[in-house]
Amino acid sequence: MPGTDSAIAFQDVTLGYDRHPAVHHISGKVEAGSLLAIVGPNGAGKSTLLKGIVGELKPLSGRIEVKRRSRVAYLPQQIETDRSFPISVFDCVAMGLWQRIGAWRGLSARYNDDVARALATVGLQGLSGRLVGALSGGQFQRVLFARLLLQDADIILLDEPFRAIDTKTVADLIALILAWHGEGRTILAALHDIEQVRAHFPDTLLLAREVVAWGKTGEVLAPANLAMSRQLVQAFDDHAEICERQPA
Amino acid sequence: MIDAIIDPFVEFAFMRRAAAGCLALSLAAPPIGVFLMLRRMSLMGDAMSHAVLPGAAIGYLLFGLSLPAMSFGGFVAGFAVALAAGLVARSTLLREDASLAGFYLVSLAAGVLIVSVRGSNIDLLHVLFGTVLALDDSALILVASIATVSLVALAVIYRPLVLECFDPQFLRSTSRWSSPTHLIFLVLVVLNLVAGFQALGTLMAVGIMLLPAVTARFWADDVSGLILVAVICAFTASLLGLLLSYYANVPTGPAIILLCGAFYLLSMFVGRRGGIVWSLVPRRHLEA
Repeated sequence: MPGTDSAIAFQDVTLGYDRHPAVHHISGKVEAGSLLAIVGPNGAGKSTLLKGIVGELKPLSGRIEVKRRSRVAYLPQQIETDRSFPISVFDCVAMGLWQRIGAWRGLSARYNDDVARALATVGLQGLSGRLVGALSGGQFQRVLFARLLLQDADIILLDEPFRAIDTKTVADLIALILAWHGEGRTILAALHDIEQVRAHFPDTLLLAREVVAWGKTGEVLAPANLAMSRQLVQAFDDHAEICERQPA
Repeated sequence: MIDAIIDPFVEFAFMRRAAAGCLALSLAAPPIGVFLMLRRMSLMGDAMSHAVLPGAAIGYLLFGLSLPAMSFGGFVAGFAVALAAGLVARSTLLREDASLAGFYLVSLAAGVLIVSVRGSNIDLLHVLFGTVLALDDSALILVASIATVSLVALAVIYRPLVLECFDPQFLRSTSRWSSPTHLIFLVLVVLNLVAGFQALGTLMAVGIMLLPAVTARFWADDVSGLILVAVICAFTASLLGLLLSYYANVPTGPAIILLCGAFYLLSMFVGRRGGIVWSLVPRRHLEA
């Protein structure tokens, strides 16, 4: 049976808030090792889908299966991080080691090197003693990517990772994502810049509260699909009927 | 001068007991306060100190001026309010601060009612202002035990607690520590308020927890530094407060808290990290 190697499988999943669906009846598989862009207009359910995968939001119906024993790393869009918290760049990046050191184990010399290397990879060497509150937005996003590096995850979920960041930083971070892809990791990224997606992402899921198209980026991002996705996003209806749709 | 500082402690056992009790309090409560401040829950400590009152009052009514009964009652009441507030916040639209305000006000009103219906005003003053100069053995053991438990528990949950303050979403997505950490922390807050009200009274217990913590913010810029400064500040204020109350014959609890407050005001002006005075001194900016 094809797809047994899938990293994530959706079985007629509906995700939403307060019984109103934000992502409606999605089925399909994300193959292990794929680099998938999730695009769609505002309110299309991109963030909701990622929250569902990471388990922050329970599906209203259906099932999301994440391949067993895979490590999932998640970079949310609405960061709850308290930037005024007195923590150094080094310590913040070292949080990415959590799965290996847990609550109690100390940082061995090897882990110290790992943190330093991650900081160098994102171009922040020399800033490790700086407090995170003293960083610019772009620098902080680089810190979060360094933390993702250390998490060494099989599945990486990125929710609008390039918002309000200069082009140089975006280019550096995209290079990182492509390197992860080369290492065989599965990456899902919610994005709004269509050109970026065309340039770097082999696969695309076009979402507009339901799946408009899912497959090779070139085919998915056809003008007809994009036009349809804009139409499909409507507001919640307070008097909506109970959904009786059968799984396809 | 040195004699004037040492003599009261050499001469009187109650001063030595008070100093030991204050040391225990100063070791455990200020680190808790540091985390309350970092989680932007500073005022929660204040609310919780009020929530403890009815439990202590009921303990007092049932068993008289019995320390274990009042402490246990206070702990139960405080923890129930914290837990209820947390549950309501997680399952309804109310934020934690709003739901806590709702519960603690009810709790405080119940406490005042119970104390004033059944007890005399003197007793109320005892509950509200504590009796640091009359700590008996059982009180001392209670305060010291709570301090010990708190320090051990803090050491165990230190890393998840820092994460829970700094980036709760990350902790939730990578481990199961989030809820247990929050719960243990709430228990520690209530435990230390109970320990504090023995010595300083419910109204003052929160002072020794939070004033040193906010003072430390002007001197240190990492969590361990904050904790160290807060503990030193609390213990110094406690000893000076004991001496002040000995020589000037003023109540001890308020004296200690007022000294903590004096440290806070002083630090606000001359603290190395963002003290007001430093911003008034014109200094040339750096190259990079």
